Amino acid sequence: MSKMILSAAFVAGAVATAVSGLTTAAVAQDAKEKCYGVSMAGKNDCKAGPGTTCAGSSTVDYQGNAWTLVPKGTCVSMSLPDGRVGSLEPLERDLPKS
Amino acid sequence: MPSADGRPWPPGPVPGRDDFAAALFAPDLPVPAGVVGPGGRPAGKRFAVYRNNVVVSLAESLKATYPAVAALLGDEYFSALARLFMSAHPPKSPILSRYGGDLSDFVAGFAPLAAYPYLADVARFEWAWLESYHAADAVPLDPAELAVVAPEVLGDVRFRAHPAARLLASGFPVFDLVVANRFEPEVSVPIDLLESQTVLFSRPDIDVMFRVLPAGTAALAKALLAGQALGEAAELAFVADPDFDFPQGLSVLLSAGVFCGLDRGTA
Repeated sequence: MSKMILSAAFVAGAVATAVSGLTTAAVAQDAKEKCYGVSMAGKNDCKAGPGTTCAGSSTVDYQGNAWTLVPKGTCVSMSLPDGRVGSLEPLERDLPKS
Repeated sequence: MPSADGRPWPPGPVPGRDDFAAALFAPDLPVPAGVVGPGGRPAGKRFAVYRNNVVVSLAESLKATYPAVAALLGDEYFSALARLFMSAHPPKSPILSRYGGDLSDFVAGFAPLAAYPYLADVARFEWAWLESYHAADAVPLDPAELAVVAPEVLGDVRFRAHPAARLLASGFPVFDLVVANRFEPEVSVPIDLLESQTVLFSRPDIDVMFRVLPAGTAALAKALLAGQALGEAAELAFVADPDFDFPQGLSVLLSAGVFCGLDRGTA
């Protein structure tokens, strides 16, 4: 691939156009203090909701059987472009890296 | 030394700690030595209560971090997946909000979900959102600072990435998937699973903002956030998209507040 060198004038012109289109107000400058006292739901460090404190049921939980389940969420109702519904098994495409 | 993952567990050996931790995620292991009731006998039921609280609280924390993944899988499946995940990836930090960043890789390698290859990127989106949410506050770069740089050296300018800026490149319509399953579940929009989307996250103020970037702007953002000079970054953007609108792309990044300072080239 041939090396492309953008001229300084071109860069300067683009920056000028970009900056002129922005008012300072467009960028949130008045950074307010974040409210650190408010935890997101489930993010406080001691969660003991209904049924958890004395249930003692971990040995009968679904531990270790996710592969026997089928996703029941919107996975199975999502439409594919050609009208198919369901998982992506029939779909030929690159899998995500990693 | 505090790690990026938060405050580490206390250093050095703690008698029985490893046995205790291992037994938390493996119900078939015996009650750890030393866990006894008032009579000095092993407190099996009490330990089971504690173990259940650990597992349930971590599962709820994961569900709070990954609501779109949970919606896509359904509650029952997500809970089961969370339990498998936590036994393979127990917390490394006592900070719950930092727990679960490995879920995307776990999902990507989880064979029963191989038919849903977009799920890992949905998890990456939600983790990026959370990182942006908890990142340090910083005042975004005032675009006026660019206006006072001498035009002939503008191409050498480098930007400092805002702590809350994140970029996620996905081979799937990850933005559409997360919006439909987390932010606007009541709106039904068709999702084209063949689409690829790169998403930019920023938090110039209190709320996390996210948007899909077109190819050229995505290349510009990637290069600038990696510390490349503006001229080089623009060239990469034109390689990614010959029709790249440079002023528009730069304007999008500046208004999103993904930078918090600039270094004028001294070359």
